[in-house]
Amino acid sequence: MLSLGSGGPKPAKPSFVSYVTPGEINSEKDSSKKVEHLDLLPGEVVFCSATPVLRYTQDDLSQRGVFGTLLCTNFRVSFISDESPQEEVAQHFKNRLYGENDIPLSCVDQIYGVYDEKKKLITGGQVKNKYPSKIIFHCRDLRVFQFCLTYAKEEDGRRIFQGVVRHCLEPKSLKCVFAFSYSVPAKPVLQENQRTVMFESLEDWHQEMRRTKGDCKPIRDNEAFEISHRLPKYFIVPAAVETEDLSKCEGKGIPIWCWSHHSGCALFKMASVPLGQEDTMSQSHMERMLHAVAQNYLYSVKTEDLTETLPTLQDIQQSYNKFKQFFLIDNTMDFWLSDVKWFSSLENSGWLDMIRQCLRKAMEVVECLEKENTNVLIMEEGGSDLCCVVSSLVQIMLDPYFRTMVGFQSLVQKEWVSGCHQFLDRSNHLHQKEKECQSPVFLLFLECVWQLVQQHSPAFQFSETYLTVLSDSIHVPIFSTFLFNSAHHKASVLQAESPRSQNEVLTCPPVWDWSVQFDCKAQDFFINPLYAEKNKPDKTQRKTHKPKHQRQLSLPSSAFKTPPKKGFFKEETESLKKMLRMRRVSRWLVSPDSPQASTREFYESWQRKPLDYHGVLLPCLDGPAMRVWMQRYLRWIPELQIFGGGAIAVTNRLAELQGEVVQLRRELDRQGRRENKPDNHRPLALSRSSVRLSSSFPFASNRNWSFKPVIPNSRLHSIDVTDNLANQEDEATEAFTVV
Amino acid sequence: MEKSGSVDSLGSKQSSSRQPSVDSLSSTSTSRSDRSSHAKAPSAVSSESVSTSNEFSPQLRTFQDSSKEPQLLPKETIQDVAKDVTYICPFIGALRGSLTVTNYRLFFRCIDRDPVFVLDLPLGVISRVEKIGGASSRGDVSYGLVCKDIRNLRFVHKQPEDTLKKSVFEVLMKFAFPVSNNLPLFAFEYSQEFPENGWKVYDALAEYRRQGLPNESWRISKVNDHYELCDSYPSALVVPVTIPDEELRRVAAFRAKGRIPVLSWIHPESQATVIRCSQPMAGVNGKRCKEDEKLLQAIMDANAQSHKLFIFDARPSVNAVANKTKGGGYESEDAYQNAELVFLEIHNIHVMRESLRKLKEVVYPNIEESHWLSNLESTHWLEHIKLILAGALRIADKVESAKTSVVVHCSDGWDRTAQLTSLAMLMLDAHYRTIRGFQILLEKEWLSFGHRFQQRVGHGDKNHTDADRSPVFVQFIDCVWQMTRQFPTAFEFNEYFLITILDHLYSCLFGTFLCNSEQQRVKEELVKRTVSLWSFINSQLDEFSNPFYVHYSSHVLFPVVSMRHLDLWVAYYIRWNPRMRPQEPVHLRHKELLAKRAELQRRVEELQREVANRATSSSSDRPGSPTRSITPVQTFV
Repeated sequence: MLSLGSGGPKPAKPSFVSYVTPGEINSEKDSSKKVEHLDLLPGEVVFCSATPVLRYTQDDLSQRGVFGTLLCTNFRVSFISDESPQEEVAQHFKNRLYGENDIPLSCVDQIYGVYDEKKKLITGGQVKNKYPSKIIFHCRDLRVFQFCLTYAKEEDGRRIFQGVVRHCLEPKSLKCVFAFSYSVPAKPVLQENQRTVMFESLEDWHQEMRRTKGDCKPIRDNEAFEISHRLPKYFIVPAAVETEDLSKCEGKGIPIWCWSHHSGCALFKMASVPLGQEDTMSQSHMERMLHAVAQNYLYSVKTEDLTETLPTLQDIQQSYNKFKQFFLIDNTMDFWLSDVKWFSSLENSGWLDMIRQCLRKAMEVVECLEKENTNVLIMEEGGSDLCCVVSSLVQIMLDPYFRTMVGFQSLVQKEWVSGCHQFLDRSNHLHQKEKECQSPVFLLFLECVWQLVQQHSPAFQFSETYLTVLSDSIHVPIFSTFLFNSAHHKASVLQAESPRSQNEVLTCPPVWDWSVQFDCKAQDFFINPLYAEKNKPDKTQRKTHKPKHQRQLSLPSSAFKTPPKKGFFKEETESLKKMLRMRRVSRWLVSPDSPQASTREFYESWQRKPLDYHGVLLPCLDGPAMRVWMQRYLRWIPELQIFGGGAIAVTNRLAELQGEVVQLRRELDRQGRRENKPDNHRPLALSRSSVRLSSSFPFASNRNWSFKPVIPNSRLHSIDVTDNLANQEDEATEAFTVV
Repeated sequence: MEKSGSVDSLGSKQSSSRQPSVDSLSSTSTSRSDRSSHAKAPSAVSSESVSTSNEFSPQLRTFQDSSKEPQLLPKETIQDVAKDVTYICPFIGALRGSLTVTNYRLFFRCIDRDPVFVLDLPLGVISRVEKIGGASSRGDVSYGLVCKDIRNLRFVHKQPEDTLKKSVFEVLMKFAFPVSNNLPLFAFEYSQEFPENGWKVYDALAEYRRQGLPNESWRISKVNDHYELCDSYPSALVVPVTIPDEELRRVAAFRAKGRIPVLSWIHPESQATVIRCSQPMAGVNGKRCKEDEKLLQAIMDANAQSHKLFIFDARPSVNAVANKTKGGGYESEDAYQNAELVFLEIHNIHVMRESLRKLKEVVYPNIEESHWLSNLESTHWLEHIKLILAGALRIADKVESAKTSVVVHCSDGWDRTAQLTSLAMLMLDAHYRTIRGFQILLEKEWLSFGHRFQQRVGHGDKNHTDADRSPVFVQFIDCVWQMTRQFPTAFEFNEYFLITILDHLYSCLFGTFLCNSEQQRVKEELVKRTVSLWSFINSQLDEFSNPFYVHYSSHVLFPVVSMRHLDLWVAYYIRWNPRMRPQEPVHLRHKELLAKRAELQRRVEELQREVANRATSSSSDRPGSPTRSITPVQTFV
């Protein structure tokens, strides 16, 4: 079932961590026979198992299923079917770490138990001796599993239930996360030219500044995290920031450089400093910082406090919780019932609106940078959530480099990983009880990127599948990318958790090492076949798309520019100083004339320009343009599989054509060399046979979907028509026509 | 013009003065078309391709941006030009320019803007012209144009000083509604030569031959040769061999409007058939007809695979019951042994008209962002689409999976029935998913079987409140579009093809969608006197081809009919909103892709030829022509 990349199984690493109770260890021995065909990852240990367990196939309420063994390890919950694995239709997209019947522990979202036909949400810590007859898993990647425990021995059933609940729901310490048991031989470093920039060295930052022709000051004073634990080792600040300013407010209130526009203006982000009325010290600090930002280019700056204008982390979490429920379908009946009110429920969840708000905010920033050539400083309380969302989106919209795969990965490194986004707390891998800090902020960002991708597909080198896989990977507890709250956190944890010999430091791979999860062929699905490659080299491109009139527009008459529009970005200056004296910063930003009108105008003027996939990219935010990320959310729902259809059909078709060309060219080479050995390296071609892929391909492709139409089984209800039109005769003018 | 503050629309004024009788309008639409000699020589030569180009449509053509005058079609003549007219664009604002009215189009051009703003629409899309308010103090007059293609236009112009001179809008009224003004539709004047003759696309006998008909169970009857049996049916009808024409006549008396059960499609392997008809005239007393029962039994017997017959009644069951009081009704399962009756709960034309009207309110001109989805839901438009698709899916499933013949009807069998049979056939038969195949499907299921296009669209008729108007065909095309979305590689045509069909449904440029039945079309000699839309389309297939098309001849398509997979057709319903338009028109992008594909294929071809050449030069035992092997791209199907 699982294949291990290169390493081959290694003996489990000895560990001090006590994962299991003695009872669990016993049970491991009992069921060891059945476990044999589970390919354990290096470092993976089986805690408990039960057999026979019935796994319901999702078809309907018919209670049909397959028998097998349910196991819980320190990495996953796994179901091994007793039936010999059916001939797998498409093996193109197998994850090397876990299979279709495996749920990594941190991928479990919620567990329900069915007691006497009643479905109850299971929460950690309340597990009693009574275990449910049926256990339902809702996964963070939207899969749903239903297992019946009544066929197994009572002892086994209870043990597996308790084990699963403990390891999936109850608080644990970071060192229990599988990444710290997982041991793979160090991989050769990725090729230099295709390397994702990790932004872990000063040189990376230098390079990025050279690339964008920025003129700011790299800081290395935080190498040992003396300034702040919430800042990376290296970062860049406006040139006018003095070194002594850095340590004033515990790492807050420092404008961190994100990206420089070709005009010279730049985007900065900042963890905002709480402003007390009396606190003249921090006020003067803020003023100094704003001046420093302003000095970066033409003495202009606009500030934006995202805490005040975007939804809170709790809002985001709540909205997503509502939204995801539409896709976690337990049975066909519920599915068709919910279908009727689909659009209004979608609207009520507010999730699409959250996405829209983030994109709109990013567009406003883009407008400032691109149209007005003003420096922009975005801030928020911690400076590492919505700041990351907005700054990354701005850069994707403005800089085509970030629309390539390597560029995008580097962007996530720069803004999110180095930017100290609290991945661990936000994804709540450790099941901490206080859930305020849990929020799918990074997913929200991916959702925004997906909207851009689906609206301007040829501008992106990566595919929707890439984004879907990336969103799944957040919950695979192996990648260093998503396991830590900050650079400091990572450094200290890795130091502490390293094997006893202190000179050997534990490494976990970044998610960008895709070969950990997928082989080369599967990685082909990450590439967008419609990507419009850039023809011109980077430099000329940058020059050509710098229109002159915009420069003129941005030239100020005095040192301080007057705002060309009434947006809700406020000009820094006297007014700002005045505002700073006021208690609430948010008051700056209230603007009666809607900012929507302004972004709308900006969008429309952009839209009238000729299309350039390597220029500025703006999303359309109107209702009909905002869509549900079908691949991510609908891929596991059997009712929604389109056979022989879906976007994959197009991708497949293109891949076929391209594969054809590649193959012929190879054939030509072979003929040229007069070699007769047959070519065994066939290019990617997925459906030469009559096998019809479903729209969820490459996901859920191993499932044995039946090829029959799905007919709505809830009674075809009549649509409520309030007026009497429904009762009118079909031929209204019958009376006239019939003589 | 009167200066009184009248709020009457021009339409109602004229109708009160002329009093056209409703019955004459609905019975014949084109009887006045013999007056086509008005046409003068065209003042400008048009380019060979025509389109309903206008400001925002995807078929925007660049040469028109720079032209001062509209590019006139053959026999198109300028009727009036008004210099100082303001178009109140809901997206841009007031635009001043000149307005030209021809016998075919309305052309507005504003040169103050860069790029030049052009509005160019066929008069056929206009459903209503109304004067908004009276003349203002400044002497301005305002007119609103309600269009059939989901937009409204508003113009303001100065009250002409010479009160004797007719305003441009009075001229517009005349030519927008030629039928109401005893003028011919422009289609009867327009005479353009195309390399292809679209009237030759459909030949009923050839199509039945393609299906393997006649065969041992089915014959082609000539009983309706002169439209005596049923005036809304085609002349060629496929019926079971066991039923003689005499019995068909008796069946005709029992079925509404004489629309007897006849074959639409036969499964090439199982011989299961799709049968269409109108409702039985059972009435409250449950009247029976021996011949009708025999006919349905014969239909069942013609398919050896199944001893059942499904009767799909498209209507909501309550409506079907209500129809009994009017003499109609449905097949009772007592009278029809082994037949199972299923109601598909699809609403009537009035409900659909109202639903589209609501949809127009929601999408034009502005979309309310925060409540977009719930507003969309409240129109029920997609829910209706879902029910129609679900109905067609059930029909296709019975035929394909259960190998059972099906009978489909509604009340008269020309609206919902046409939607259902043609959609089911589209799912079942890949031939109808080609460009020509789709044209055949429309010619067959819609045109020859008497969908009342003239009534439903109201060509050239100013009676915009006519309750017979309904977007039944639009709804069908929407369903097709939903299928093309779900199966992006299964259709030879692209979105632009579907939009073009809908545009010319209203334009009255081509004869294709005129009249109500085959009988009327023959009488009006449309083939001789008008140009077919398919002539236009088939002469430039590149424009309408889907670059991703793969021809899987045996594939049945079962679309997913959940709301999750249904979308509003933005490129059609919201195309006038510039914000919803892609930066480049969709079909341009398609063309680009086609070119890309062509290039890829050319490269393949070159390489292959080279391979072949080398192979022949080296081993010389490969006589196969290289061109034979260049098509693998299409053959690994």
